[in-house]
Amino acid sequence: MKTLYSKSEKAFSSGATMILSALAIISLLPFLLIIIASITDEKSLIANGYSFFPRGLSLDAYYYMIAQARVVLRAYGVSIFVTVIGTAASLILTPMLAYPLSRPDFRFRGILTFIVVFTLLFNGGVVPSYIMWTKVFQLKNTIWALIIPNYLMSGFSVLLVKNYFEKNVPRDLIEAAQLDGANELTIFFRIMLPLSTPVLVTIGMLTGLVYWNDWINGLYYINDPSLYGIQQLLIRILDNIQFLKSGAAGSVIGNIVVDLPGASVRMALAVIGILPILLIFPFLQKYIIRGMVVGAVKG
Amino acid sequence: MTFSRTALGSLKKTLPLILMALPGLIYLVINNYIPMSGIIIAFKKMDYSKGILASDWIGFDNFQFLFSTPDAWIMTRNTILYNLAFIAIGTICALALALGMNEIKERFFAKYFQGVFLLPNLISMVVISYVAFAFLNTDTGFINRTVLPTLGLSETNYYTRAQDWPIILLIVYLWKNTGYASIIYLASMSGIDPTLYEVARIDGANKWDQIRLITLPLLRPTIVILTMLAVGRIMFSDFGLFYQVTMNSGALYSTTQTIDTYVYRGLMQLGNIGMSSAAGVYQSLVGFVLVLTTNYLVKKISPEDALF
Repeated sequence: MKTLYSKSEKAFSSGATMILSALAIISLLPFLLIIIASITDEKSLIANGYSFFPRGLSLDAYYYMIAQARVVLRAYGVSIFVTVIGTAASLILTPMLAYPLSRPDFRFRGILTFIVVFTLLFNGGVVPSYIMWTKVFQLKNTIWALIIPNYLMSGFSVLLVKNYFEKNVPRDLIEAAQLDGANELTIFFRIMLPLSTPVLVTIGMLTGLVYWNDWINGLYYINDPSLYGIQQLLIRILDNIQFLKSGAAGSVIGNIVVDLPGASVRMALAVIGILPILLIFPFLQKYIIRGMVVGAVKG
Repeated sequence: MTFSRTALGSLKKTLPLILMALPGLIYLVINNYIPMSGIIIAFKKMDYSKGILASDWIGFDNFQFLFSTPDAWIMTRNTILYNLAFIAIGTICALALALGMNEIKERFFAKYFQGVFLLPNLISMVVISYVAFAFLNTDTGFINRTVLPTLGLSETNYYTRAQDWPIILLIVYLWKNTGYASIIYLASMSGIDPTLYEVARIDGANKWDQIRLITLPLLRPTIVILTMLAVGRIMFSDFGLFYQVTMNSGALYSTTQTIDTYVYRGLMQLGNIGMSSAAGVYQSLVGFVLVLTTNYLVKKISPEDALF
């Protein structure tokens, strides 16, 4: 059946496409500006500022970063380590808690679900957390400060996985496995997890994104430059570009004098900071959107 | 005998599940519940050498000090006004964007647009502060070096002009969040039964009528719920937006200080634990009441969308 669209609908549709195209370009302009800025010749930057149509192009900023690779790679390494370990741990903890909560015959289901939900409603604020992590657990200036506080497991993801288990894994399957004598761990690893890969990929993606983008744990708990992740390096360099060549970051390039193309290096570093997201995003857009749609309304 | 056997049987059944839940529960207790009990710090004169429990109780002194400063009013006003603007303008923009995206029937383009508008939501506030810096700074900023000279206007140091920041932060917020919010509305739009539109067409409804009489009324529950959940969070602000994007510039506090930035500065920069924790408790308690209230209202409208 072919729908006959009225004149006003056709006009609306083509108007919408045009406006959206314009908005899409506007939305991408900020990214374009930092990318162009990162490959703009430093003299041209000083003369004309950041611009979409620079006078001269140059890759000096990137060459400079290769020369200073130790600082940048170290921060990258910290960010990758934190993201991988944090996401992996989260992907173990979250479904392991979600599974018992999804079982209608589990005796403490009600009270434990309440314990999870309540963390979404009320929190003690950052002052007690900060004192606890630094004074009791001594996390200050350790890599664990970037992984453990706040993000390791969120009540929100637990509920997301719990709902998925309830809706998508048939009860009969669990009961049949129990009749065959399977224990809970077997059911969890052999049935629940394999049948739930979409939701696990979704929370894995969202958690990975949170860890890669996080700078707040670093702001509170890290002042040792050797533990800077990429986001903290970015903060530090926005404040003071000289940090990149300071001895504190342990970067010595022999006795070669390298002029610091500060204005373009800053933006090159920002580009490097979002590069993994830009590269991975097209493949995982589907999962991220799914998680957002489910998660936004239903906590 | 029978009793203990069933108890044993049920323990055998329950124990593995409890053990599986345990690691996650321990994390929640440490990460969430112990800090909750830490709200007592706000009622104490905190002395690290004595520890939290042995520090002296001072009742509501911290709160009295806090609310006698102009900061308490400024940060509350800023937090609430920004949130109200974000909710009102953000919702309208997200709906408009979703209506537009709903017109893109070609799958490839629909995905492409979604991706483009979602992208700003996926990058960190630190990178967003770089973007803002690339536009706003005095030496090399695009606005100061290209836009203002073209218009014949003189250079403006945005990082010292508090009056400009409500609009700057609103723009940054919309750029970052509209795509994300619109995807949620788009999802509910795709759930609307297409025969409704067919029937409306036969009755001669034009596009605007269809939006006004079918799409928006059917989206109302989603709009109401998202709005109420946002109102429940009205005491909380995006710390990164107000701290990082403003580059923590002291000259801007009158229009950029929110409760979250105040708590951070009190704790980490001024070492004023009393005031900082009092502000945190004030935020948590008022926030808690608001979340409960809005959740209660959501439950009345649409029980399955309530948080609990």
